[in-house]
Amino acid sequence: MSASLQPIAPNLWSEGPEPQLLGGRDSDGKIFFPIPEDEAAKDVDVVKLSRTGTLWSYTKQEFQPKPPYDGPKDFEPFLVGFIELPGEIIVESHIVETSLEQLTLGMKMELVITAFDGSRSMYAFRPEQSK
Amino acid sequence: MSDVYIIGAGIHKFGRTEERSGRDQGVFAVREALKDASLEWSDIQFAAGGSHAAGKADIMLSDLGLTSIPFVNVFNGCATGGSALATAKSAIAAGDCDIALAVGFDKHPRGAFNADPKAYGLPDWYGQTGMMMTTQFFALKMQRYMQLHNISRETLGKVAEKSFRNGEKADHAWRRTPIDLDTIMNSQMINDPLTKYMFCAPGEGGVALILASEKKVRELGADAVKIASVSIRSRPPGSFEVYQPTIDIVNDGKPTILASKAAYEQAGIGPEDIDVAQLQDTEAGAEIMHMAENGICEDGEQEKWIAEGRTELDGSLPINTDGGCIACGEPIGATGLRQVYENVAQLRGRGGARQVANKPKTAYSHVYGAPGLSGITILEV
Repeated sequence: MSASLQPIAPNLWSEGPEPQLLGGRDSDGKIFFPIPEDEAAKDVDVVKLSRTGTLWSYTKQEFQPKPPYDGPKDFEPFLVGFIELPGEIIVESHIVETSLEQLTLGMKMELVITAFDGSRSMYAFRPEQSK
Repeated sequence: MSDVYIIGAGIHKFGRTEERSGRDQGVFAVREALKDASLEWSDIQFAAGGSHAAGKADIMLSDLGLTSIPFVNVFNGCATGGSALATAKSAIAAGDCDIALAVGFDKHPRGAFNADPKAYGLPDWYGQTGMMMTTQFFALKMQRYMQLHNISRETLGKVAEKSFRNGEKADHAWRRTPIDLDTIMNSQMINDPLTKYMFCAPGEGGVALILASEKKVRELGADAVKIASVSIRSRPPGSFEVYQPTIDIVNDGKPTILASKAAYEQAGIGPEDIDVAQLQDTEAGAEIMHMAENGICEDGEQEKWIAEGRTELDGSLPINTDGGCIACGEPIGATGLRQVYENVAQLRGRGGARQVANKPKTAYSHVYGAPGLSGITILEV
Protein backbone atom coordinates (compact mmCIF):
# COMPACT_ATOMS: atom_id res chain seq x y z
CA MET A 1 0.00 0.00 0.00
CA SER A 2 1.31 3.41 -0.91
CA ALA A 3 2.45 5.45 2.08
CA SER A 4 0.89 8.58 0.64
CA LEU A 5 -2.66 7.39 1.34
CA GLN A 6 -4.49 9.25 4.10
CA PRO A 7 -6.80 7.30 6.44
CA ILE A 8 -10.46 7.93 5.50
CA ALA A 9 -11.03 9.08 9.08
CA PRO A 10 -8.73 9.56 12.09
CA ASN A 11 -8.49 7.11 15.01
CA LEU A 12 -10.04 4.10 13.27
CA TRP A 13 -6.87 1.98 13.52
CA SER A 14 -3.41 2.07 15.11
CA GLU A 15 -0.25 2.83 13.17
CA GLY A 16 2.58 0.37 12.69
CA PRO A 17 3.32 -2.86 10.84
CA GLU A 18 0.51 -4.75 12.59
CA PRO A 19 -2.34 -2.23 12.76
CA GLN A 20 -5.35 -2.86 14.98
CA LEU A 21 -8.80 -1.27 15.01
CA LEU A 22 -9.27 1.21 17.86
CA GLY A 23 -12.36 0.83 19.99
CA GLY A 24 -13.69 2.09 23.28
CA ARG A 25 -14.31 0.04 26.44
CA ASP A 26 -16.69 1.24 29.13
CA SER A 27 -16.51 0.46 32.85
CA ASP A 28 -18.66 -2.67 32.32
CA GLY A 29 -16.17 -3.98 29.76
CA LYS A 30 -18.51 -3.42 26.83
CA ILE A 31 -16.65 -2.68 23.59
CA PHE A 32 -17.60 0.03 21.09
CA PHE A 33 -16.36 0.71 17.57
CA PRO A 34 -15.52 3.28 16.37
CA ILE A 35 -14.34 5.09 19.51
CA PRO A 36 -17.35 7.00 20.86
CA GLU A 37 -17.17 10.75 20.47
CA ASP A 38 -18.35 13.78 22.45
CA GLU A 39 -20.49 13.02 25.49
CA ALA A 40 -20.32 9.25 24.92
CA ALA A 41 -16.49 9.38 24.93
CA LYS A 42 -16.23 10.45 28.57
CA ASP A 43 -16.53 7.03 30.15
CA VAL A 44 -14.60 4.83 27.74
CA ASP A 45 -10.96 3.82 27.54
CA VAL A 46 -9.41 3.44 24.11
CA VAL A 47 -8.47 -0.17 23.41
CA LYS A 48 -6.83 -1.98 20.50
CA LEU A 49 -9.15 -4.64 19.08
CA SER A 50 -8.20 -8.11 17.92
CA ARG A 51 -6.51 -8.26 14.50
CA THR A 52 -8.25 -11.53 13.74
CA GLY A 53 -11.77 -12.84 13.93
CA THR A 54 -14.37 -15.00 12.21
CA LEU A 55 -16.77 -14.20 9.41
CA TRP A 56 -20.28 -13.57 10.84
CA SER A 57 -21.98 -12.76 7.53
CA TYR A 58 -21.11 -11.40 4.09
CA THR A 59 -22.49 -10.15 0.81
CA LYS A 60 -21.35 -8.34 -2.32
CA GLN A 61 -22.30 -4.76 -3.18
CA GLU A 62 -23.09 -5.19 -6.87
CA PHE A 63 -24.40 -1.72 -7.72
CA GLN A 64 -22.91 1.73 -7.17
CA PRO A 65 -24.51 3.28 -4.07
CA LYS A 66 -25.81 6.84 -4.24
CA PRO A 67 -23.97 9.54 -2.25
CA PRO A 68 -22.81 9.80 0.47
CA TYR A 69 -20.90 6.85 -1.09
CA ASP A 70 -17.66 8.39 -2.24
CA GLY A 71 -15.70 5.49 -3.71
CA PRO A 72 -13.53 5.32 -6.83
CA LYS A 73 -15.08 6.90 -9.93
CA ASP A 74 -14.94 3.63 -11.84
CA PHE A 75 -17.17 1.59 -9.59
CA GLU A 76 -16.13 -1.98 -8.94
CA PRO A 77 -18.45 -4.27 -6.95
CA PHE A 78 -16.98 -4.97 -3.53
CA LEU A 79 -17.41 -7.54 -0.76
CA VAL A 80 -18.70 -6.48 2.63
CA GLY A 81 -19.38 -8.42 5.80
CA PHE A 82 -19.31 -8.56 9.57
CA ILE A 83 -16.30 -9.98 11.40
CA GLU A 84 -16.66 -11.26 14.94
CA LEU A 85 -13.66 -10.22 17.02
CA PRO A 86 -13.66 -12.89 19.75
CA GLY A 87 -15.06 -11.65 23.04
CA GLU A 88 -15.11 -8.06 21.79
CA ILE A 89 -17.56 -6.96 19.11
CA ILE A 90 -18.77 -7.78 15.58
CA VAL A 91 -17.52 -5.16 13.10
CA GLU A 92 -18.79 -4.32 9.62
CA SER A 93 -16.01 -4.14 7.05
CA HIS A 94 -15.06 -4.36 3.44
CA ILE A 95 -13.62 -7.79 2.61
CA VAL A 96 -10.65 -7.96 0.22
CA GLU A 97 -8.27 -10.39 -1.48
CA THR A 98 -10.93 -13.08 -1.96
CA SER A 99 -14.18 -13.76 -3.84
CA LEU A 100 -17.80 -14.31 -2.86
CA GLU A 101 -17.53 -18.01 -3.72
CA GLN A 102 -14.71 -18.50 -1.24
CA LEU A 103 -16.53 -17.04 1.74
CA THR A 104 -18.32 -19.13 4.37
CA LEU A 105 -19.64 -18.34 7.83
CA GLY A 106 -17.07 -18.82 10.57
CA MET A 107 -13.96 -18.64 8.39
CA LYS A 108 -10.91 -16.96 9.92
CA MET A 109 -10.27 -13.37 8.88
CA GLU A 110 -7.56 -10.83 9.57
CA LEU A 111 -7.33 -7.05 9.48
CA VAL A 112 -5.55 -5.32 6.61
CA ILE A 113 -5.27 -1.64 5.72
CA THR A 114 -6.11 -1.19 2.08
CA ALA A 115 -6.51 1.56 -0.51
CA PHE A 116 -10.10 2.87 -0.56
CA ASP A 117 -9.42 5.07 -3.58
CA GLY A 118 -6.44 6.90 -5.07
CA SER A 119 -5.85 9.04 -2.00
CA ARG A 120 -7.43 7.37 1.02
CA SER A 121 -6.90 4.19 3.01
CA MET A 122 -9.52 2.14 4.84
CA TYR A 123 -9.55 -0.88 7.11
CA ALA A 124 -10.71 -4.17 5.65
CA PHE A 125 -10.55 -7.87 6.46
CA ARG A 126 -9.20 -10.70 4.32
CA PRO A 127 -9.11 -14.47 4.84
CA GLU A 128 -6.36 -15.24 7.35
CA GLN A 129 -3.14 -16.17 5.60
CA SER A 130 -1.33 -19.19 6.98
CA LYS A 131 1.94 -18.24 8.59
CA MET B 1 -59.79 1.35 28.00
CA SER B 2 -62.70 1.09 25.58
CA ASP B 3 -62.42 -0.67 22.24
CA VAL B 4 -61.58 1.24 19.08
CA TYR B 5 -62.66 0.29 15.56
CA ILE B 6 -61.71 1.04 11.96
CA ILE B 7 -64.81 2.12 10.07
CA GLY B 8 -63.30 3.56 6.91
CA ALA B 9 -60.28 2.70 4.77
CA GLY B 10 -58.98 4.56 1.72
CA ILE B 11 -55.91 4.14 -0.45
CA HIS B 12 -54.17 5.92 -3.29
CA LYS B 13 -52.67 3.46 -5.74
CA PHE B 14 -49.05 2.66 -4.90
CA GLY B 15 -46.27 2.96 -7.45
CA ARG B 16 -45.52 6.09 -9.42
CA THR B 17 -47.97 8.94 -9.94
CA GLU B 18 -45.78 11.65 -11.45
CA GLU B 19 -48.47 14.33 -11.54
CA ARG B 20 -49.47 14.06 -7.89
CA SER B 21 -47.43 15.01 -4.83
CA GLY B 22 -47.10 12.59 -1.94
CA ARG B 23 -49.34 14.75 0.21
CA ASP B 24 -51.99 14.93 -2.51
CA GLN B 25 -51.96 11.14 -2.59
CA GLY B 26 -52.63 11.32 1.15
CA VAL B 27 -55.53 13.72 0.59
CA PHE B 28 -56.92 11.36 -2.06
CA ALA B 29 -56.75 8.47 0.41
CA VAL B 30 -58.51 10.50 3.13
CA ARG B 31 -61.39 11.29 0.76
CA GLU B 32 -61.66 7.61 -0.18
CA ALA B 33 -61.74 6.65 3.50
CA LEU B 34 -64.46 9.23 4.25
CA LYS B 35 -66.52 7.88 1.35
CA ASP B 36 -66.02 4.35 2.62
CA ALA B 37 -67.24 5.36 6.10
CA SER B 38 -70.06 7.57 4.69
CA LEU B 39 -68.69 10.53 6.63
CA GLU B 40 -67.78 14.15 5.86
CA TRP B 41 -64.43 15.73 6.68
CA SER B 42 -66.22 17.86 9.30
CA ASP B 43 -67.02 14.64 11.21
CA ILE B 44 -63.32 14.02 11.94
CA GLN B 45 -62.40 15.24 15.43
CA PHE B 46 -58.72 14.30 15.65
CA ALA B 47 -55.99 13.38 13.17
CA ALA B 48 -52.51 11.89 13.24
CA GLY B 49 -50.31 11.24 10.26
CA GLY B 50 -47.10 11.80 8.43
CA SER B 51 -44.60 11.00 5.74
CA HIS B 52 -40.86 10.39 5.69
CA ALA B 53 -39.95 12.40 2.62
CA ALA B 54 -43.12 14.14 1.38
CA GLY B 55 -43.67 16.81 4.00
CA LYS B 56 -45.85 17.46 7.02
CA ALA B 57 -49.28 15.87 7.12
CA ASP B 58 -51.22 18.69 8.78
CA ILE B 59 -50.75 20.84 5.67
CA MET B 60 -53.48 18.56 4.22
CA LEU B 61 -55.99 20.60 6.24
CA SER B 62 -55.72 23.31 3.55
CA ASP B 63 -57.24 20.83 1.10
CA LEU B 64 -59.52 18.89 3.41
CA GLY B 65 -60.96 21.81 5.35
CA LEU B 66 -59.72 24.11 8.12
CA THR B 67 -61.81 22.55 10.87
CA SER B 68 -59.31 23.47 13.63
CA ILE B 69 -59.02 19.87 14.84
CA PRO B 70 -55.87 18.75 16.65
CA PHE B 71 -53.51 17.21 14.07
CA VAL B 72 -50.42 15.34 15.29
CA ASN B 73 -47.60 15.16 12.74
CA VAL B 74 -45.78 11.83 12.92
CA PHE B 75 -42.21 11.36 11.71
CA ASN B 76 -41.24 7.87 12.77
CA GLY B 77 -39.61 6.15 9.82
CA CYS B 78 -41.25 2.91 8.73
CA ALA B 79 -43.42 3.02 11.86
CA THR B 80 -44.94 6.37 10.83
CA GLY B 81 -48.24 4.73 9.87
CA GLY B 82 -48.31 2.50 12.93
CA SER B 83 -47.53 5.43 15.19
CA ALA B 84 -50.29 7.50 13.58
CA LEU B 85 -52.70 4.61 14.12
CA ALA B 86 -51.60 4.19 17.75
CA THR B 87 -51.99 7.93 18.38
CA ALA B 88 -55.47 8.10 16.85
CA LYS B 89 -56.52 4.95 18.70
CA SER B 90 -55.31 6.37 22.03
CA ALA B 91 -57.22 9.60 21.50
CA ILE B 92 -60.45 7.63 21.12
CA ALA B 93 -59.69 5.11 23.87
CA ALA B 94 -58.96 7.99 26.26
CA GLY B 95 -62.37 9.46 25.49
CA ASP B 96 -60.97 12.61 23.88
CA CYS B 97 -62.98 12.07 20.69
CA ASP B 98 -65.21 9.55 18.91
CA ILE B 99 -63.93 9.74 15.34
CA ALA B 100 -60.26 10.08 14.36
CA LEU B 101 -58.09 9.83 11.26
CA ALA B 102 -54.77 8.05 10.79
CA VAL B 103 -53.01 8.89 7.52
CA GLY B 104 -49.66 8.11 5.93
CA PHE B 105 -48.22 8.99 2.53
CA ASP B 106 -44.88 9.26 0.79
CA LYS B 107 -43.00 9.81 -2.43
CA HIS B 108 -39.40 8.69 -2.96
CA PRO B 109 -37.10 9.04 -5.95
CA ARG B 110 -36.03 5.95 -7.90
CA GLY B 111 -33.29 3.67 -6.64
CA ALA B 112 -32.14 2.44 -3.24
CA PHE B 113 -32.53 4.71 -0.23
CA ASN B 114 -29.54 6.86 0.63
CA ALA B 115 -29.46 8.23 4.14
CA ASP B 116 -27.36 10.91 5.78
CA PRO B 117 -25.07 9.21 8.34
CA LYS B 118 -25.23 12.24 10.68
CA ALA B 119 -29.04 11.99 10.89
CA TYR B 120 -28.53 8.50 12.31
CA GLY B 121 -25.68 9.47 14.64
CA LEU B 122 -23.14 7.68 12.45
CA PRO B 123 -19.72 8.82 11.20
CA ASP B 124 -19.35 10.12 7.64
CA TRP B 125 -16.91 7.37 6.63
CA TYR B 126 -19.61 4.76 7.17
CA GLY B 127 -21.65 6.32 4.37
CA GLN B 128 -18.62 7.21 2.21
CA THR B 129 -17.42 3.60 2.13
CA GLY B 130 -20.78 2.30 0.90
CA MET B 131 -21.68 0.29 3.97
CA MET B 132 -24.73 2.32 5.03
CA MET B 133 -27.11 0.48 2.73
CA THR B 134 -30.51 -0.99 3.56
CA THR B 135 -30.15 -3.62 0.82
CA GLN B 136 -26.84 -4.82 2.30
CA PHE B 137 -28.35 -5.10 5.75
CA PHE B 138 -31.10 -7.44 4.58
CA ALA B 139 -28.65 -9.47 2.48
CA LEU B 140 -26.24 -9.83 5.40
CA LYS B 141 -29.03 -10.81 7.77
CA MET B 142 -30.47 -13.32 5.30
CA GLN B 143 -27.10 -14.77 4.20
CA ARG B 144 -26.42 -15.77 7.80
CA TYR B 145 -30.00 -16.90 8.44
CA MET B 146 -30.05 -19.15 5.37
CA GLN B 147 -26.85 -20.91 6.35
CA LEU B 148 -27.84 -21.33 10.00
CA HIS B 149 -31.39 -22.51 9.29
CA ASN B 150 -31.09 -24.27 5.92
CA ILE B 151 -33.22 -21.97 3.80
CA SER B 152 -32.65 -22.44 0.06
CA ARG B 153 -32.23 -19.75 -2.56
CA GLU B 154 -35.23 -21.19 -4.36
CA THR B 155 -37.41 -20.47 -1.32
CA LEU B 156 -36.39 -16.82 -1.59
CA GLY B 157 -37.49 -16.88 -5.22
CA LYS B 158 -40.81 -18.52 -4.38
CA VAL B 159 -41.65 -15.80 -1.88
CA ALA B 160 -41.10 -13.11 -4.51
CA GLU B 161 -43.05 -15.13 -7.08
CA LYS B 162 -46.03 -15.20 -4.67
CA SER B 163 -45.76 -11.44 -4.14
CA PHE B 164 -46.10 -10.68 -7.85
CA ARG B 165 -48.90 -13.25 -8.22
CA ASN B 166 -50.84 -11.60 -5.38
CA GLY B 167 -50.02 -8.10 -6.61
CA GLU B 168 -51.72 -8.88 -9.90
CA LYS B 169 -54.97 -9.31 -7.96
CA ALA B 170 -54.70 -6.07 -5.93
CA ASP B 171 -55.97 -2.83 -7.49
CA HIS B 172 -53.67 -0.72 -5.33
CA ALA B 173 -50.47 -2.68 -6.09
CA TRP B 174 -47.66 -1.28 -8.23
CA ARG B 175 -46.24 -4.47 -9.80
CA ARG B 176 -49.21 -6.28 -11.29
CA THR B 177 -47.55 -8.70 -13.67
CA PRO B 178 -46.62 -12.18 -12.47
CA ILE B 179 -42.91 -13.00 -12.78
CA ASP B 180 -41.83 -16.63 -12.99
CA LEU B 181 -39.35 -18.23 -10.61
CA ASP B 182 -36.55 -18.55 -13.18
CA THR B 183 -36.73 -14.87 -14.09
CA ILE B 184 -36.65 -13.90 -10.41
CA MET B 185 -33.72 -16.20 -9.62
CA ASN B 186 -31.76 -15.04 -12.68
CA SER B 187 -32.46 -11.32 -12.45
CA GLN B 188 -29.64 -8.91 -11.66
CA MET B 189 -27.86 -9.72 -8.40
CA ILE B 190 -28.20 -6.77 -5.98
CA ASN B 191 -26.55 -8.11 -2.83
CA ASP B 192 -25.98 -11.88 -2.73
CA PRO B 193 -28.24 -13.85 -2.11
CA LEU B 194 -30.84 -11.28 -3.14
CA THR B 195 -31.68 -10.50 -6.76
CA LYS B 196 -33.47 -7.47 -8.16
CA TYR B 197 -36.93 -9.07 -8.23
CA MET B 198 -36.61 -10.21 -4.62
CA PHE B 199 -36.48 -6.59 -3.46
CA CYS B 200 -39.16 -3.98 -3.02
CA ALA B 201 -38.46 -0.55 -4.48
CA PRO B 202 -38.94 2.86 -2.87
CA GLY B 203 -42.17 4.24 -4.32
CA GLU B 204 -45.23 6.38 -3.69
CA GLY B 205 -48.65 6.01 -2.17
CA GLY B 206 -51.09 7.13 0.48
CA VAL B 207 -53.40 5.37 2.95
CA ALA B 208 -56.03 6.71 5.34
CA LEU B 209 -58.00 4.93 8.05
CA ILE B 210 -60.95 6.31 9.98
CA LEU B 211 -61.25 5.13 13.55
CA ALA B 212 -64.30 5.29 15.79
CA SER B 213 -65.42 4.55 19.32
CA GLU B 214 -67.76 1.65 20.03
CA LYS B 215 -70.56 4.13 20.69
CA LYS B 216 -70.05 5.73 17.30
CA VAL B 217 -69.89 2.36 15.53
CA ARG B 218 -73.32 1.49 16.96
CA GLU B 219 -74.74 4.91 16.09
CA LEU B 220 -73.54 4.70 12.49
CA GLY B 221 -74.17 0.98 12.05
CA ALA B 222 -70.71 0.88 10.50
CA ASP B 223 -68.94 -2.07 8.81
CA ALA B 224 -66.34 -2.03 11.57
CA VAL B 225 -63.15 -3.95 12.30
CA LYS B 226 -61.86 -3.95 15.88
CA ILE B 227 -58.28 -2.92 16.64
CA ALA B 228 -57.31 -5.70 19.03
CA SER B 229 -53.82 -4.30 19.60
CA VAL B 230 -51.21 -1.88 18.34
CA SER B 231 -47.66 -2.17 19.59
CA ILE B 232 -44.45 -0.42 18.61
CA ARG B 233 -41.00 -1.29 19.93
CA SER B 234 -37.58 0.21 19.27
CA ARG B 235 -34.41 -1.89 19.29
CA PRO B 236 -33.26 -3.71 22.44
CA PRO B 237 -29.62 -4.34 23.40
CA GLY B 238 -27.78 -6.92 21.30
CA SER B 239 -29.84 -6.49 18.16
CA PHE B 240 -28.70 -6.33 14.53
CA GLU B 241 -30.37 -3.45 12.74
CA VAL B 242 -30.22 -1.57 9.49
CA TYR B 243 -27.57 1.22 9.57
CA GLN B 244 -25.45 -0.36 12.28
CA PRO B 245 -21.64 -0.60 11.84
CA THR B 246 -21.22 -3.07 14.74
CA ILE B 247 -23.16 -5.81 16.50
CA ASP B 248 -22.84 -6.98 20.10
CA ILE B 249 -21.26 -10.39 20.62
CA VAL B 250 -24.50 -11.54 22.26
CA ASN B 251 -27.01 -10.66 19.59
CA ASP B 252 -30.43 -12.18 20.08
CA GLY B 253 -32.40 -8.99 20.73
CA LYS B 254 -35.00 -8.15 18.08
CA PRO B 255 -37.54 -5.32 18.17
CA THR B 256 -39.98 -7.42 16.14
CA ILE B 257 -40.01 -10.21 18.74
CA LEU B 258 -40.72 -7.68 21.50
CA ALA B 259 -43.43 -5.84 19.56
CA SER B 260 -44.99 -9.11 18.49
CA LYS B 261 -45.18 -10.56 22.01
CA ALA B 262 -46.71 -7.34 23.31
CA ALA B 263 -49.28 -7.30 20.50
CA TYR B 264 -50.36 -10.92 21.07
CA GLU B 265 -50.59 -10.32 24.79
CA GLN B 266 -52.65 -7.15 24.40
CA ALA B 267 -55.01 -8.94 22.00
CA GLY B 268 -55.18 -12.00 24.24
CA ILE B 269 -54.42 -14.38 21.36
CA GLY B 270 -51.43 -16.24 19.94
CA PRO B 271 -49.91 -16.71 16.50
CA GLU B 272 -51.95 -19.91 16.02
CA ASP B 273 -55.12 -17.77 16.08
CA ILE B 274 -54.11 -15.53 13.15
CA ASP B 275 -56.01 -16.09 9.88
CA VAL B 276 -54.15 -13.69 7.56
CA ALA B 277 -50.90 -11.73 7.95
CA GLN B 278 -48.99 -8.89 6.31
CA LEU B 279 -45.28 -8.97 7.18
CA GLN B 280 -42.49 -6.51 6.37
CA ASP B 281 -41.01 -7.82 3.12
CA THR B 282 -38.39 -5.29 2.16
CA GLU B 283 -37.08 -8.29 0.31
CA ALA B 284 -38.06 -11.95 0.13
CA GLY B 285 -35.70 -12.94 2.94
CA ALA B 286 -37.30 -10.43 5.28
CA GLU B 287 -40.69 -12.10 4.86
CA ILE B 288 -39.07 -15.46 5.67
CA MET B 289 -37.17 -14.24 8.74
CA HIS B 290 -40.13 -12.20 9.97
CA MET B 291 -42.35 -15.31 9.93
CA ALA B 292 -40.22 -16.67 12.77
CA GLU B 293 -39.71 -13.34 14.56
CA ASN B 294 -43.48 -12.89 14.68
CA GLY B 295 -43.97 -16.35 16.19
CA ILE B 296 -45.68 -17.83 13.12
CA CYS B 297 -43.19 -20.70 12.85
CA GLU B 298 -39.83 -21.81 14.21
CA ASP B 299 -36.55 -20.78 12.59
CA GLY B 300 -35.99 -23.05 9.58
CA GLU B 301 -39.58 -24.26 9.25
CA GLN B 302 -40.17 -21.67 6.53
CA GLU B 303 -38.56 -23.96 3.96
CA LYS B 304 -41.34 -26.51 4.48
CA TRP B 305 -44.09 -23.90 4.91
CA ILE B 306 -43.30 -22.30 1.58
CA ALA B 307 -42.76 -25.60 -0.26
CA GLU B 308 -46.23 -26.65 0.90
CA GLY B 309 -47.81 -23.34 -0.11
CA ARG B 310 -49.02 -22.56 3.39
CA THR B 311 -48.53 -18.81 2.92
CA GLU B 312 -50.40 -18.65 -0.40
CA LEU B 313 -53.87 -17.07 -0.68
CA ASP B 314 -55.43 -20.52 -0.30
CA GLY B 315 -52.93 -21.71 2.32
CA SER B 316 -53.39 -22.18 6.06
CA LEU B 317 -51.93 -18.71 6.80
CA PRO B 318 -51.89 -16.41 3.76
CA ILE B 319 -49.06 -13.85 4.01
CA ASN B 320 -48.81 -10.56 2.12
CA THR B 321 -52.09 -11.03 0.30
CA ASP B 322 -51.74 -7.84 -1.77
CA GLY B 323 -48.17 -8.69 -2.76
CA GLY B 324 -46.64 -6.78 0.16
CA CYS B 325 -43.85 -4.29 -0.31
CA ILE B 326 -42.37 -6.39 -3.14
CA ALA B 327 -45.45 -5.78 -5.32
CA CYS B 328 -46.64 -2.49 -3.81
CA GLY B 329 -43.29 -0.74 -3.32
CA GLU B 330 -42.22 1.05 -0.20
CA PRO B 331 -43.41 4.60 0.45
CA ILE B 332 -42.09 4.72 4.01
CA GLY B 333 -44.88 6.79 5.58
CA ALA B 334 -47.68 4.80 3.94
CA THR B 335 -46.47 1.23 4.02
CA GLY B 336 -47.58 0.29 7.54
CA LEU B 337 -51.09 1.60 6.95
CA ARG B 338 -51.26 -0.22 3.60
CA GLN B 339 -50.86 -3.46 5.49
CA VAL B 340 -53.69 -2.49 7.82
CA TYR B 341 -55.80 -1.39 4.84
CA GLU B 342 -55.29 -4.81 3.27
CA ASN B 343 -56.23 -6.57 6.50
CA VAL B 344 -59.38 -4.44 6.80
CA ALA B 345 -60.31 -5.46 3.23
CA GLN B 346 -59.73 -9.15 4.04
CA LEU B 347 -61.72 -9.07 7.30
CA ARG B 348 -64.61 -7.29 5.63
CA GLY B 349 -64.59 -9.88 2.85
CA ARG B 350 -63.82 -7.20 0.26
CA GLY B 351 -60.56 -8.66 -1.02
CA GLY B 352 -62.00 -9.45 -4.46
CA ALA B 353 -59.74 -11.78 -6.48
CA ARG B 354 -57.27 -11.96 -3.57
CA GLN B 355 -59.84 -12.58 -0.84
CA VAL B 356 -58.70 -15.41 1.43
CA ALA B 357 -61.18 -18.19 2.08
CA ASN B 358 -63.04 -19.21 5.22
CA LYS B 359 -64.05 -15.74 6.41
CA PRO B 360 -60.93 -14.63 8.32
CA LYS B 361 -61.57 -13.36 11.86
CA THR B 362 -58.13 -12.14 12.89
CA ALA B 363 -55.49 -10.31 10.87
CA TYR B 364 -51.90 -9.41 11.76
CA SER B 365 -49.60 -6.77 10.32
CA HIS B 366 -45.92 -6.05 10.95
CA VAL B 367 -43.64 -3.25 9.77
CA TYR B 368 -39.90 -2.95 10.35
CA GLY B 369 -37.49 -0.17 9.52
CA ALA B 370 -34.44 1.91 10.36
CA PRO B 371 -32.89 2.29 12.85
CA GLY B 372 -34.49 -0.81 14.36
CA LEU B 373 -38.18 -0.23 14.87
CA SER B 374 -41.12 -2.62 14.61
CA GLY B 375 -44.84 -1.99 14.68
CA ILE B 376 -47.57 -4.62 14.96
CA THR B 377 -51.33 -4.23 14.56
CA ILE B 378 -53.82 -7.03 15.20
CA LEU B 379 -57.38 -6.63 13.92
CA GLU B 380 -60.46 -8.71 14.69
CA VAL B 381 -64.03 -9.02 13.52
